Amino acid sequence: MTAISASDARLIRGNSAWAEHWGQLRKNRLGLFGLFLVIVMVSSALLANFIVPFDPTQIMVGPRLGPPSWAHPLGTDQLGRDILSRVIMGGRVALIVALTSLAAALSLGLVLGLVAGFGPRWLDNGLLLALDSVRAFPVIIFALAVVTLLGPSLLTVVFVVAVTSIPVYARVVRTQTQSLRDHEYILAERAMGAGTGRILGVHILPNVIGPLLILVSMDVPLVITLEAGLSFLGMGVRPPTPSWGTILNDGYSYIQNSPWPVIAGGIPIILTTLGFTFLGEALRDIFDPKLRRDV
Amino acid sequence: MSQAATTRGVPGAALGTLLEVRSLSLDFTSPKGRIHALRDISVAVPKGRIVGVVGESGSGKSTLAYAIIRLLAENAIITRGEVLLEGDDLLRLSPRQMRDVRGRRMSMIFQDPMTSLNRVLSVDDHMIDIQYRDSVSKAEKRRRAIKALGHVGIPDPESRIRNYPHQFSGGMRQRICIAMAMLVEPDLILADEPTTALDATMEVQIINLLKRLQSELGCSILFVSHHLGTVAELCDDVVVMYAGEVVERGSVRDIFHQPGHPYTQALLECDPGRIRERTRRLPTIPGNVPSLLAGEVPGGCIFKDRCPYVFDRCQLERPPHYTVVAGVDEGRADGDDTLAAHTARCHLRDPGEASRDRESRDIRQARDKAAGGHP
Amino acid sequence: MSVLLEVEDLKVRFRSMGMVRALATRTSDPFLDAVCNVSFQVRPGETLGLVGESGSGKSTIARALMGLNPVHSGSIRFAGNELTGLSQRAYKPYRRDMAMMFQDPVGSLSPRLTVRSLITEPFKMHGMRDRDRDAEAKRLLEMVGLGTDFAQRFPHQLSGGQARRIGVARALALDPKLIIADEPTAGLDVSVQGEVMNLLARLQEELGIAMLIITHNLNVVRHISDHMAVMYLGRFVEQGPTEEVFYRPRHPYTEVLLSANPEPDPDARIQRVEARGDVPSLVNRPPACEFHTRCPRARQVCSQIDPGVSSAGEGHVYRCHFPLNSEHDASKEGGVRQER
Repeated sequence: MTAISASDARLIRGNSAWAEHWGQLRKNRLGLFGLFLVIVMVSSALLANFIVPFDPTQIMVGPRLGPPSWAHPLGTDQLGRDILSRVIMGGRVALIVALTSLAAALSLGLVLGLVAGFGPRWLDNGLLLALDSVRAFPVIIFALAVVTLLGPSLLTVVFVVAVTSIPVYARVVRTQTQSLRDHEYILAERAMGAGTGRILGVHILPNVIGPLLILVSMDVPLVITLEAGLSFLGMGVRPPTPSWGTILNDGYSYIQNSPWPVIAGGIPIILTTLGFTFLGEALRDIFDPKLRRDV
Repeated sequence: MSQAATTRGVPGAALGTLLEVRSLSLDFTSPKGRIHALRDISVAVPKGRIVGVVGESGSGKSTLAYAIIRLLAENAIITRGEVLLEGDDLLRLSPRQMRDVRGRRMSMIFQDPMTSLNRVLSVDDHMIDIQYRDSVSKAEKRRRAIKALGHVGIPDPESRIRNYPHQFSGGMRQRICIAMAMLVEPDLILADEPTTALDATMEVQIINLLKRLQSELGCSILFVSHHLGTVAELCDDVVVMYAGEVVERGSVRDIFHQPGHPYTQALLECDPGRIRERTRRLPTIPGNVPSLLAGEVPGGCIFKDRCPYVFDRCQLERPPHYTVVAGVDEGRADGDDTLAAHTARCHLRDPGEASRDRESRDIRQARDKAAGGHP
Repeated sequence: MSVLLEVEDLKVRFRSMGMVRALATRTSDPFLDAVCNVSFQVRPGETLGLVGESGSGKSTIARALMGLNPVHSGSIRFAGNELTGLSQRAYKPYRRDMAMMFQDPVGSLSPRLTVRSLITEPFKMHGMRDRDRDAEAKRLLEMVGLGTDFAQRFPHQLSGGQARRIGVARALALDPKLIIADEPTAGLDVSVQGEVMNLLARLQEELGIAMLIITHNLNVVRHISDHMAVMYLGRFVEQGPTEEVFYRPRHPYTEVLLSANPEPDPDARIQRVEARGDVPSLVNRPPACEFHTRCPRARQVCSQIDPGVSSAGEGHVYRCHFPLNSEHDASKEGGVRQER
């Protein structure tokens, strides 16, 4: 084989995939905004210990259910605790629960969905039966059962969320896989000698991951509120550890006296949701060459 | 058919013209900017005639049909022109009035008969539904539907009418669509590539069916196709489109026997059905269709980049429709099909360029000879 | 000359209903034969055209040859090796020597890969990682007449003709001995059809590749193939040298197909022979001669006795009781198209 000139090589090889993706993201303003929000949330959760103005569990002598002030920018709760500090610390719980449980659900759902969608019919039927049975089980009953077995903890919440989300993702992946499986390009790849692994990894996975990312990013707020619900029932995070859910729950009881705890607990949930949704949509657009904005 | 005889002369001569599209221009908005998909299109459909619109993909032929019946995508904007149906400008009608026109005076047959039928409704439902404007009993509507199905050649229509679209073959489904289009007894049928998805033997059957029904009902048909063979067989008049412009129009004999535009000539040469001698080198049209993006549409003649006879005038001046003068040797005795004026957007057809035109003929002849020499 | 591909009595059978339903409805034969006892040969450097309407089983043959459809009975020999019954793993080396181009020019290209990845993928798959993939990409693009600037495009950014060229480039990547092209001109404009056919013809001359071209477009077959076979409901009804079949068709179905090809000339006077009605379903295969339900020449015997294979000399064979252009039928001599 004759060697080719450097300029030809550049033309043929193009930019590296990551440089290309970053270039795409930079043009997507909403995506950048989403990325910014996500980075703010994640870093504040990571650095929570260093940036909280007060100890979030410290009960103070100051005003209870106080409005925002210089000392307490988001006011204080019914025990006089600084809400800002609680929100920052609560972000930790929210993100740990959301990210770990959804990451687990995503990867398992993906694998199960691909297997069900691409595998033989009997395997598909069996997996569907299993997934649907899990899904048919009421979440709260399932959570209660798990808590009695494992005891209340953050890990319990993660486990419950992951197990109940897997069937949803697996079904989406399975349907997508099945519709892609009969595409002519998959047949063309097989005719060329591609094995199952290559077909799944290179030709199907990239096409199913887009819609899944959107689904997952929209599930982030759901999981945060589910965590709140479970914590409220005493099955998740134990007080006095703050979480966005507990801040909200606590706030509701006193909403007539002061709206601040609810606002302070709600806004980060909204911002996180927006951040993940925008980022998810941007990622889908970036990874799908058909949705790219230029070229 | 008697009305058609009065259409002699320029396209759109008042009497006997059913549909007239006058300098229609249409843009599509896209993230990259406006796409000038149709530019200054003028087409006339006389009463009782079949007009073929021929062109390759991207020529805008289907867009034209959808613009006429106003079923355009949301990003389409009509920037100029009129669509006159017996004098009424369809572009000015309210959506409600337009729906009325679609149900009574115009109907459309689509390329894919499966997607144009709702698969959860039976043929019976479809065909009764389409007569919703008529205030007759359901039984009467069903009777009409059965008659229409029998008419388009569905065997045993009384029992088949209860079936669902997927229980029919592609050819049968297209027959059902045609029966539905005919049921409202429209003045104009727009057919968008109705035979493209069908096999050759089915294609012939559908063409014959359209021909028969047209002569029975006396309606006009605008037949959009990329298939030169079917157009030659079915149509009375032909409009040739290229990159969003009408480059040539005339009667079917004019277009196929003495094409006046280099694009039409090239297109006809390319059709392998026309090449009698077995050859391993088929003619092609080198180059690509120009970009129609705003600011990128080439000035001058739209075909200049691919034209073998291009000269300086083509670069600057957009050719108007010149009348194509028939060669003496090609005049036909029967002459019954010379109703539509034969015009082409090519400077070679300008009487002032006669000498250049002779040169181009020589080039063409020499090339034909060269091609014939190496089968 | 030796034979490159030899297919004998090939039968591809699909289930027409599930096992449970077959039991419930007491159907003793819940199968349909998509391809029925088909035999043919392709020699090196030669082109065989396979013509038929949709549902005739022509694409099923192609897929069976590539090992993508199970073969019920019969044999496929490629360069002397029997391919039926091989495992997917054992089939892999033959997928180097046989390349297939699929119908949909754009849809047969994986949508998220760049042209560079698409055309160099075969090297990866067949363990040829030492190749300079950029150089190979350049070589293949040049071969099919595209510039190197196409390397970074995605399939949806290609026109039909360009995508088809990429399909050809992929097929050529591993220097195959046989290319199976399923409807190589489908969905392309006439001006582009010629380009693709010329490209295939040129590559065949330069590289000596044998081709199996599957199409419903008779004009394509006529210009590019040496031999042709006409399929109807999974069976070869006629087979022979292209010129012979075109100008002296024996089977009425061939005649119907030939005359169903509308000519781009409003004055063409074709003596059109039409087939009645619709293609029957494979589930209800008509007995004896499959074509008798639509045949203009059918008589009673056609629905009772299988016509079997008759020969018209020089490898020209057909299955018909009342063939055209035989000695008894001198009036039809000279082909379907009457001179004007």
